Amino acid sequence: MIQVQGLHKSFGNLKVLKGIDLEVQKGEVVSVIGGSGSGKSTLLYCINAIEKIQKGKILVDGIDAHDKKTDKNKLRQKLGMVFQQWNSFPHLTVLENVTLAPRVVLGQTTKQAEDLAKQYLDHVGLGDKYDEYPTRMSGGQQQRLAIARTLAMKPSYMLLDEVTSALDPELVGEVLDTLRLLRKEGMTMICVTHEMAFAKEVSDRIAFVEKGIIEEIGDAHQVIENPANEKTQRFLSKVL
Amino acid sequence: MGDYQFHWIIVYQALPQMLKGTFVTLHVSLLSMFLGIIIAVFLSLGKMSETRILNIIPNIWIEIARNTPALFQIYMAYFGLGAFGIHLSPYVSVLSALVFINAGYLAETFRGGFQSIPSTQLIASRSLGMTRIKAYRYVVLPQMFRRVYHPMTNQFVWSILMSSLGILVGMGELSGETQRLQSLSFRTLEFFMVAAVLYYVVTKSVLLCSELISKKIFTGDI
Repeated sequence: MIQVQGLHKSFGNLKVLKGIDLEVQKGEVVSVIGGSGSGKSTLLYCINAIEKIQKGKILVDGIDAHDKKTDKNKLRQKLGMVFQQWNSFPHLTVLENVTLAPRVVLGQTTKQAEDLAKQYLDHVGLGDKYDEYPTRMSGGQQQRLAIARTLAMKPSYMLLDEVTSALDPELVGEVLDTLRLLRKEGMTMICVTHEMAFAKEVSDRIAFVEKGIIEEIGDAHQVIENPANEKTQRFLSKVL
Repeated sequence: MGDYQFHWIIVYQALPQMLKGTFVTLHVSLLSMFLGIIIAVFLSLGKMSETRILNIIPNIWIEIARNTPALFQIYMAYFGLGAFGIHLSPYVSVLSALVFINAGYLAETFRGGFQSIPSTQLIASRSLGMTRIKAYRYVVLPQMFRRVYHPMTNQFVWSILMSSLGILVGMGELSGETQRLQSLSFRTLEFFMVAAVLYYVVTKSVLLCSELISKKIFTGDI
């Protein structure tokens, strides 16, 4: 379970998150929607302890993510993160991209790591690309590679940061299909997304964030189709 | 004018010694590159650090190395340190001067290389659970070295040519050896012409080798 309690985060004088409370149960999919600059992505970076926080608490399976004594590297192994700009490693082949962390972080042998990597690459539909270099692939393929790379660490949770925002429209579908697959397998996910239809389809709950505050959170269908909060209504009327 | 008689046989007889000098030249410049690269990585990281105190040594090092003549560094190592009772051999003097300069120049080259790599590469590596050191070792440094490979090769060629300053402290590298040999016969022109050819062959071979190596190790795009 991921518990975010009274989270405050600022960059210098700019207050980005102003008291976020959120609980995500194991097996649950929660989407976070909201305008640009609302603090959605920052929330994920804070959960992953990539960004420091000023106030509040984040517990991942009961472990305080921002406690000085917490081993952040161990923590991040539980929290797979996929980025808007996929961030594939350009100097490594597709297969090496996926095997790197299992080898150097988990200490798997090359053989073990490769067997596992091939499984995940087949899973996301890149079974014919093992020896290709990422920069020669499409954005959609690179994003699926990023998902496979994250899965190879066997995370308990996936944090997805606008994973389709930087993709050409015709490539969005293949990435969403991959996420649907994860959903079916029961992966716990927090998705920051602009894809409302997708959010409604795969999420158990949706949270609407504006100016660093969760204005509304509830059942996915209810939030999209029948939002209770006026601000959510205004936002949705603009994007739908 | 025009009645100079070339005598090549003397040079031919001395060729084994000249080749030995060539080997020393290659040896000292290769070692100066190796050590220079290692130090330069730390200097550039130190210079980029947000912790002020870590900027100090790299700043001073880079400023001196880049803005004073190589001759000065060699004299400092050989005669300067001698004044303080530290007596370095000619080889070590030239080596340490070249390491000092290589590290200073390469640090700036590396800094440019590091800055050209998106910070998201580091974030992505850290998000996979890698420590900062592992992220640098496996993701950032390999990409940085690709980007600075050609400037690094130039620095190597520069080191080979600059090691000729060893002549001034009596080092037995190619120039020093040539100087010694010509002084026995006064066939200055012949000896230095051959030395020039040897320098050319060495630097060309180095460039060719580095090109082949880069093709072998740098697969993929950056």
